[in-house]
Parts: sequence; C-alpha cells; structure tokens
Amino acid sequence: MLIELGHFALALALLVALAQGTLPMLGAARGNAAWMAMAEPAALTQFVLCGFAFASLMHAYIVSDFSVLGVAENSHTAKPLLYKISGVWGNHEGSMVLWITVLSLFGAAVAAFGTNLPRTLKARTLAVQGLIGVGFIAFILFASNPFVRLNPAPAQGNGLNPLLQDPGLAFHPPMLYLGYVGFSVAFSFAVAALLEGRVDAAWARWVRPWTLAAWTCLTLGIGLGSWWAYYELGWGGWWYWDPVENASFIPWLTGTALLHSAIVVERREALKSWTILLAIITFSLSLLGTFLVRSGILTSVHAFAADPARGVFVLMLLAVAIGGSLTLYAVKAPAMDGGGVFAPISREGGLLINNLLLTTAAATVLLGTLYPLIADALEMGKISVGSPYFNAVFVPLMTPLIILAGIGPLLAWKRADLNGALQRLKIAGGLAIVVLIATWLMNGGDALNLAAGGGMALAAWLAVATITEWISRVQGTAGLSWERMINLPRSAYGMTLAHLGMAVLIVGVTGASAWKAERIESLKPGEYIEIAGYRVTFENAQEVPGPNYRAIEGRYTVSRDGVTITTLNPEKRTYTQPPQQTTEAAIYTTGISDLYAVIGDMDGAEGAFVTRLFYEPFVPCLWYGVLLMGFGGLVSLSDRRHRLGAARRAAVLNLVPAE
Amino acid sequence: MTTTSAKRWPFVIPVAVIAALIGAFGKRLLDVNRGDDPHLIPSVLLNTPMPEFDLAPLPGREPGLATRDLKGSVSLVNVWGSWCVACLAEHPTLMALQRENAIPIQGIAWRDSPSASLAWLAQRGDPYARIGQDPKSVAAISLGVTGAPETFVVDATGVIRYKHIGPITPEVWQTTLAPLIAQLKK
Repeated sequence: MLIELGHFALALALLVALAQGTLPMLGAARGNAAWMAMAEPAALTQFVLCGFAFASLMHAYIVSDFSVLGVAENSHTAKPLLYKISGVWGNHEGSMVLWITVLSLFGAAVAAFGTNLPRTLKARTLAVQGLIGVGFIAFILFASNPFVRLNPAPAQGNGLNPLLQDPGLAFHPPMLYLGYVGFSVAFSFAVAALLEGRVDAAWARWVRPWTLAAWTCLTLGIGLGSWWAYYELGWGGWWYWDPVENASFIPWLTGTALLHSAIVVERREALKSWTILLAIITFSLSLLGTFLVRSGILTSVHAFAADPARGVFVLMLLAVAIGGSLTLYAVKAPAMDGGGVFAPISREGGLLINNLLLTTAAATVLLGTLYPLIADALEMGKISVGSPYFNAVFVPLMTPLIILAGIGPLLAWKRADLNGALQRLKIAGGLAIVVLIATWLMNGGDALNLAAGGGMALAAWLAVATITEWISRVQGTAGLSWERMINLPRSAYGMTLAHLGMAVLIVGVTGASAWKAERIESLKPGEYIEIAGYRVTFENAQEVPGPNYRAIEGRYTVSRDGVTITTLNPEKRTYTQPPQQTTEAAIYTTGISDLYAVIGDMDGAEGAFVTRLFYEPFVPCLWYGVLLMGFGGLVSLSDRRHRLGAARRAAVLNLVPAE
Repeated sequence: MTTTSAKRWPFVIPVAVIAALIGAFGKRLLDVNRGDDPHLIPSVLLNTPMPEFDLAPLPGREPGLATRDLKGSVSLVNVWGSWCVACLAEHPTLMALQRENAIPIQGIAWRDSPSASLAWLAQRGDPYARIGQDPKSVAAISLGVTGAPETFVVDATGVIRYKHIGPITPEVWQTTLAPLIAQLKK
C-alpha cells in the first residue's frame, strides 16, 4: 500500500514540478507577483512529495517487500540493514529516485534560504529547477518505474551485487549525487540570469555558496568511490580512468573552474558570460555522466544494466536541457559582457589561466572518454583509449596549474607585482628544488625517474607557497598576529585548506604511482614473502561464516626486522545470493603507506594459497588530500559573507511592518 | 542590441558542439539498438596479426605457445592465471568447449608461477591445447591485456578478429563467439 502511495506521490510531484516550471516563469516575464510567489511553496511541496516517494521505496527495501519488482531483483532478507538501505540506490530505478529527491532538496533549499534574492531571479531559478524535475520525474514514471509490483511475489530476493555490499559504496552514490545534482542550482541560476539579461557581482555571490556545496560533495563523493575501488576490487589501484569515473571527474574539473571564475565576477564584474557558460556546462556534464552510465553506449565496470530504450529518453532530455540552455546562451550572452580592463599579471589574470587549464583538462578527459564513440560514429573503426593517453595529456596540463596555484593567491587584483610575489616564493621554490633533487637521488639518480621527483617537488611548492600566502595575510607588524588570524575570512582559510589538500593529494598520486611494489606467490603455511622491508608469513587459512556469505580467511603475520607488527586477515568471500565471489583485502597502514594483502585460491592439496601483496606508499595521502579539500570547502561555506545578505534582509524585514 | 555577427559567432560554438555530440550519441544508440554490442569496441589490435611471442611451456606440460602456432586453424587464445577468480568462473565453459571439440583453446598462463598453474590445472582439468607461460607479461603487454581472463579469437591466418574481456559464459559463447567462429571457419 505504502508503495502505491509513493508512486502516487511521485506522479503528484510531476504535476507540481510542471506548475513550478511554468507559472513562476510566466509570472516573472509578465511581472505577476502572485504567479512568481508560486515558486517557493511548489519547490517545498515537490521536495516533500519526492522525499515521501523515496522513503516509501526505502521502507519496501527495509521490510524486504518482494512483491515490489526492484526489491525482489536487488535485495535479500539476509542482507545487513545498511545494505538493504543502500540497495535502494544500488540499481538504476532506485538511484533515479534518489537523484530527483536530491534535486528537489536543492530546489527546496533555494526556496527556503534564498530569502535575499530578487523576486524575478528567484522565481526563474526555481522554475528552471522545476523544469529539470519534470524531465527526470517523467523519465522515472514512464521509463524506469521503481514502484512496479511483482505478482506472485517470490519468497526471496535475488540479492545485491556483493561488490556493492560495502560501507564505502553505501555512501558513495548519495554523496556523488549531492555533487552532481547540486550543480543544477548553478545551472538554474545561469539560465535565470540569461533570461533576466543581467549578471552582476551580487549574482556571483548568490551562486557561489551553492557551487561550493556541490563541489565539496562531489569531491568527497569521488574520493569515496576511489577509496572503495582501492580496497574492494583487490588490485590496489585507486583510479582506472574508467568512463564512469571520468563522468564524475569531468564535472569536477569544470566545477572547480566555475568556483574560481565566480570569484572574478564577484570582485571584478568580468568573465561574466564565461562563468554562465561554465555553470551550464558543469551541470550538462553531470547529465552526460548520467546518460553514459545508463545508456550502455560505453563499456565500463560500473555500468548499470544497459537499456538502449532508456538511453533514447535520457538523450532527449540532454538535447532539450543542454541544447536549450546553450541556444539561450548563444542568443543572450553576447550582450552581456564588457567587464573591466584585464591586466595579464593580476589575480583575475591568474584565475583566467586557471580556468583555461582546468577546462582544457576537462575537454581532454572528455575527448578520451568519448573518442571510441566519436571514432565509431565517423566510421574510423573501433578503438579504446586507456590510461597511457590520460596520464600523457593530464600531467602536462596539471603541472602549470599547480605552479600557478602557488603564485596566484599572492597576486593582487587589477595590477599585480609579479616580481614581488616571486620574491616571497623564494623559500617555496628553493624547497621544491631540494625535494626534486633529493627524490631523484633517492630513486638512484635514474634519468627516466624524474617524474617522481617532479611530482614531489610540485607538492612541496604548492604546500609551502600556500602557507607563505597565509603567513603574509596574518603577519602583523611584530610577527604573526592572533587578531589577524581570527579576522581572516573563513573563505580564505577554505582556499588555504583546499590548496594544501591538493598538495597532499599530489604526494599520494606521485608516491603511489612511483613506488608501488607487488608480489604474487603461492604460499604454504609457514612460508613467507618479503616486500618493502616487511616479512609477511602465511600462518593458515580457515573458513568463517558471515551473514550472507562464507569466507576463507587467511592469517598472515607481518614482521619487520624480526619484530612482529601485526596480523593481516584478508578474506575471500563467496556470497550465497547472488552467488559471487569478492576479495576483501586486509590493509595495514602506517598512516603514510599501506601494506595490502589479498588471499586468492587454494593451490594444491598442501594447504597452500595464492597470496597477493602490494606495498602502497603514500596512498593514505590521497584520502587525507581529499578530506582536506572537502574540509576547505565546508570552512569556506561557513564564511559569514555568504549569509550576510540574508541577515541584512532580515533586519530590513524587522523595520518594515507586515503588509 | 548592437553586437555584430562577428562578435556573436563564438557564442554559438557551445550549442553547435553539443548538437554534434548528441548526433554522435544518437547514432551510437541506434547501432546498439540494432545489436552492435558495445563490448566489441576495446581493442586496437583488432584485425591485425597476432604480435610476435614465443612462450616457454609449463615444465612437464609441453608444448609451449608461439605466434607461429596460431596459423592453420581458427583458435581461441585465453589469458588466465591460477590467482584469478573470474578465470575459475569461465573454466567449466572452456572444459565443455574442449569436450565438444569446438575449437582449439590456447592458453597463456599470465603472471603465475609454473607450480601454481600446474596445480590449478591438475585439480580442475586442463582445457588447453598449448600453454605458454608468461610470468613477466611479455606477451600480455604486446597484446594489451587489461586483466584476466581475456580471450582473443584468432583466424586461420593468425589475425586477431575479436577480443573478449572477462569470463566466457555459455551465453557469451552462444551469442557472440560461436557465430563469429562459424563465420571465420567458412
């Protein structure tokens, strides 16, 4: 019964979204205040309805109601509660309901918190948000309905893919969607601004916190996905340049560009049409990601069950949303620009180069991801593009970006003193060179091994330059000033943390690529493998039962210089429903490097097991880096500047009696 | 509005690019609908001769595998390892193919110790005609192997006609490989 109510709520949400998408838009065009005022209650109602639909679906999964087709196909009574819940978005239909629930959440948030927005801008923004909702709710209702009943209901469900039964992946999709879908707000603001025909500093100030929130969630979401791939797939890799990974990474790159270009609009009223374009493109790329994952036109380890019919629907949605907004852009944007004069050596000049590099990087990743498709469409034959391409094009683009990220924050707006900035970066530059040479020498001075030294030097450069910039801002007449530290805006701290996070991330990327070691051997009990100074002895393996699987658990003792450090217990699980095997790596981490063990198959009759060991130096730095960047985003989001407008408006309201 | 058309055209580029992209996607979708399997995409080696390699046999299990052995009849070249879980999943299918004498299956024992490979085969059965050991990924790299199992369909002239990534299930055999092989044998 509840599931029918959920279905009904979603149908109702479609009607509400339709009203939200049209009436306020017309109201804004005609100056009809009553129609415009429809937007806020409609957005809030849409959220309540979508939230109810989502909750009813989740309820069906929790109580294992196998008369619902999706539950029967993807759940099982023996699954732990967490995975019953995450099973809701572990399949295409349910994940779409999560998608629109997040979309309506952002719509409701704009309605509730955007109290300082001009009336027409707010009405139009919410209307665009409503139109996106119309498209996707219709998609769910007509092409991927999760509320379909199954008659007769089976006694037991098929179970969730065991690879997805994992805490990392339970939280990865919601986080990722908060990021993806969060960019819809920037998109709606951009389309609304095009309709208004006006972009100014205030517009940038309204868009920035939403972009920042989406960016923070996307950063953490991608990080969670990478972390999951690292410990669950059993190969010790953390990034595969897989089409689906790229689909989330490309909007991250353009979203990062948007975050930086919005600052230029806010401070200098320049780069307006460019920022609008970035806002449209970032969300469009999120939509493209949704399309790629679900249509089955690209091969990927992550892809949902491919269904070309769905692909056609999503492609039509893409054509309308992206094509429509970019057509509007082509018509309206030319009249928009004209900001101030732009000196090449200035903060805004630096941010412009940042944008060029980030969007070029996004374009190259997009090209690599789509190249097989494009080549096929042009009858150039079928080909695949792998990580050598991505590494070859990505590193040369990131290197100048990181160098610039060290200098840019020290440049003043309008006209900067490059020499002065470089003077202050002497320590950073010197240290980077020291790190470069030291890493190179430690690597044996091999001419081919310059990459590791280069990466570490870049990280040192960015970290020291970022700290230098922070010191220059908090330095009083007599050393560091507490007062200045406290008064420094949170958004400045946000930048410092995010850039430091980037530096730590680079350490992780470089170290993990350069010094990873790997051994695969068949071990009898008592035999050992030596790797990176550790001696890993295989003690025994035993069968252990789990809630919905059986596992072979290996026991390995890790010692260094004869001293036992820890034991590692990797598992090989065989799930009962669906019958599938997964590897559960055991990881011993020093906080700087990981020792990563995987137990393979039994080998012969003497109790020998195939054992895979990886030494993964600096991999933890990847997670620290991502967390630091996400934390930087949150700190910046808490800046009072983002709330100032709201506070001022509240004060005005207090003075003016209610109508 | 006073903007000239010369200033206007850069703003049209984004919508033009997206129109082209959507056209390409649409075409690809139609192809997929017509049954053109996207899994056909990934190999640069498609329709090129098998790269040169000469792999030693597993000790006591002759013969080994070299490129020249692949000429004369249509065959499968299966990259596997005793450490590989998915290889275990496709093993029954390979055994069935061998029993039915459907096609010679040549094995490449990839990144494996000879003893582990031999023990695996002794315990579970040996579907292979020839096996070459490739502990250092010599052949695997030139073949562009991304993981195990991977299977190449090689025609009688030694040219790669298809690459299947992942385990061969009975379904994959019936719907994809068997028709292709029947065609190649003509």
